[in-house]
Amino acid sequence: MAVKTEGIGKQWDPATYEVGAEKIREFANAIGASNPVHLDHEAAKAAGFHDLVAPPMFCVVYSARAMGPAILDPEIGMNLAAMLHGSQEFEWEEPVCDGDVISTTASCLEIYEKDGKGFYVFETISTNQDGEQTVKGTWTNIVRGV
Amino acid sequence: MPTDLKSGDAVPELRVTPDKYLPHRYAGASGDFNPIHIDPEFARQVGLPGNILHGLWMMAQVARANAQLADGDPRSLKRLSVQFRGMGFPEQELVVSGTVKEADGDRVLVDTVAAQGENRVIRNAEAVVHVP
Repeated sequence: MAVKTEGIGKQWDPATYEVGAEKIREFANAIGASNPVHLDHEAAKAAGFHDLVAPPMFCVVYSARAMGPAILDPEIGMNLAAMLHGSQEFEWEEPVCDGDVISTTASCLEIYEKDGKGFYVFETISTNQDGEQTVKGTWTNIVRGV
Repeated sequence: MPTDLKSGDAVPELRVTPDKYLPHRYAGASGDFNPIHIDPEFARQVGLPGNILHGLWMMAQVARANAQLADGDPRSLKRLSVQFRGMGFPEQELVVSGTVKEADGDRVLVDTVAAQGENRVIRNAEAVVHVP
């Protein structure tokens, strides 16, 4: 069985995420990011942020909401039971802070087959309430035995 | 001001041992409740030795190791790409080590590896860090 490629180029509706202080703290604690700018409003403001700032990898929290529909889309047709996260890239721009509203759009960049595995490459672009880009993500999922 | 870092310099090593329940806390924090990360029984049923760490949690440790070059400033990390090449497990120490590949002005390119013992769970990780 070969991979389906009709989904290449497909773009999904943007997903919105409202950033909150306790979610930033919870995420920072889970990954061990101890810089006070992630935990203390005043420390963040003193460092030049408009409020508590998220660790860079917090982008997985707000962009996952856009990736969900892409991964589950029958037109893409991924066998989730055999899926592995192969590789991941993020390019960061504007920092994300408490109170920001982030909008993320996912699209399918590539689908191809190699050595009996399916490779599914998605891109997410996230922007804040002022239209500034916060992160671009490139997500490569591998499905065994396609 | 250009950084003093040069090609071949080591990034401060980061060592962290995720406790038994870390995958549960990270699941809650990230929203990724895939049972292979939090349910050892389910994980064994699908052929894994036990519940495995979230790849993106391990990536966050690589991010943290690189941000150390700029005192943990969240603005310092400009780009990070990783390949997930092994399974990580709770209750085993994860060691993140990096080497500067290129330093150009205040931008530094770092090659990073994350391993549990001989098991290199993240390889070919490439980070671009702004080091003021």
